[in-house]
Amino acid sequence: MSVALDYLRTSPLTWIFVTLLAYRAGVWLRDRTGGHPLAQPVFIAAGLVMALLAAVDVEYETYMEGGLLIHVLLGPATVALAVPLHRQAHHLKEMLVPLLVALPVGAIVSIGSAVLTVRALGGDRALELTVAPKSATTPVAIGIADQIGGVPALVAVFTMLAGLLGAVLGPGLLDRLRIRDHRARGLALGAVSHGVGTSRALHDHPTEGAFAGLSMGLTALLTSLLVPVVIALL
Amino acid sequence: MINGALWVLGCQLVGEVVARWLDLPVPGPVLGMVLLFGVLSVRRPGQQSGTLRVADGLLRHLQLLFVPVTVGIMVHAGTIRQEWLPVTGGLVLSWAAGLVTVAGLATLLVRRRGAADESLSGESS
Repeated sequence: MSVALDYLRTSPLTWIFVTLLAYRAGVWLRDRTGGHPLAQPVFIAAGLVMALLAAVDVEYETYMEGGLLIHVLLGPATVALAVPLHRQAHHLKEMLVPLLVALPVGAIVSIGSAVLTVRALGGDRALELTVAPKSATTPVAIGIADQIGGVPALVAVFTMLAGLLGAVLGPGLLDRLRIRDHRARGLALGAVSHGVGTSRALHDHPTEGAFAGLSMGLTALLTSLLVPVVIALL
Repeated sequence: MINGALWVLGCQLVGEVVARWLDLPVPGPVLGMVLLFGVLSVRRPGQQSGTLRVADGLLRHLQLLFVPVTVGIMVHAGTIRQEWLPVTGGLVLSWAAGLVTVAGLATLLVRRRGAADESLSGESS
C-alpha cells in the first residue's frame, strides 16, 4: 500500500493529472460564475494545486517533474499567437503609429515606475532590479533579471502576479477609463500582463486577443532593450 | 494536425536557434511567432488547415500552461511576506501606470488617425 502511495505522491503522471483537474475546476467555476473577474482558471488552479501540495507534503520540485511537461507547451503556444494576429492582419496597417508610439512609452513607464515605487517604499536595489522587467513574458523577464543582477527565481513570481493583475483587474479598469476600442484594449493588456493578460483578452474578444499577443511579443523585445537603459538613468 | 504541429514547432526551433546564434535578447518563441506570421501571410491557409487548428487548440487553454509557474509562488512566499509593501506597491502601481499609458496613447492616436482620414475624405468629396 505504501509503495502505491509513494508512487502516487511522486509520479509526474499524478501531478499532470492534478494540474489538469485543478484547471478543469477553474474553468467550471469561471463558467458557473458567469465569467467573474476573480474566477480566472489559472488563479484557481494554482491555488488548488498549492493547497494539495501542502496537504500531502510534496515539494515544488517534485510537482514540477510533471508540471514541466505542461510548462514546455508555453513555447509553442507563444508561436501560435501568430494565428490570431494573422486573422487580424488587415487591422495592422492602421495601427502602426499607435503601436510604434504607445508600446515603447508604455514599456518605459512600466519599468521606470516599478523601480521608483520599490525604492520609495523601502525595497533594496536587488528588489528594484527584480521588479523592473515584470511586464515582459516570463522567460524573457528571467533572462533580463539574470543580466542586470535581479533575483531570477523571484522574477517568475512577479511576472505571474503582473499577469494575474491583468486577467483579474485589467478589463474592469479599461471599462472605467472608457477605453472601448478592442485594439487599444488588447495592446494595453498584452503590454502589462503578457500571456496571462492575453489569454483573458482572447477569451473576451478575438481582436482584443490578437492585439494583446502582438503587444506581448513587442513588449518582450522592448523590455529587454529598455530595462538596462532605464536602470542606468535612474 | 501533424503538419500543423510541424509548422508551429519548426518556427519555434528556428527562433530558438537564431536567438542563440545571434545572441539576441529576444526569446526564441517570440521570434518563432514573427516567423509563423510571415509564413501564414505568404501561404494564406484556409480555416480548416492543420496549423490553424493546432494553434487554436493551444490558445484555447493558454491559462492551463501558466499553472505550473504560478504554483512556484509557494517557494517564495517567505520573501514576499517580508517585503510585501515594496513588492505590492511596485507591482500594482507600475502595472496600472503601464496599462493607462498604453491604452490612453493608443486610443488617442487611433482617434487622431480616424479624424485625419475623415477630413481627407471630406476634402475629396
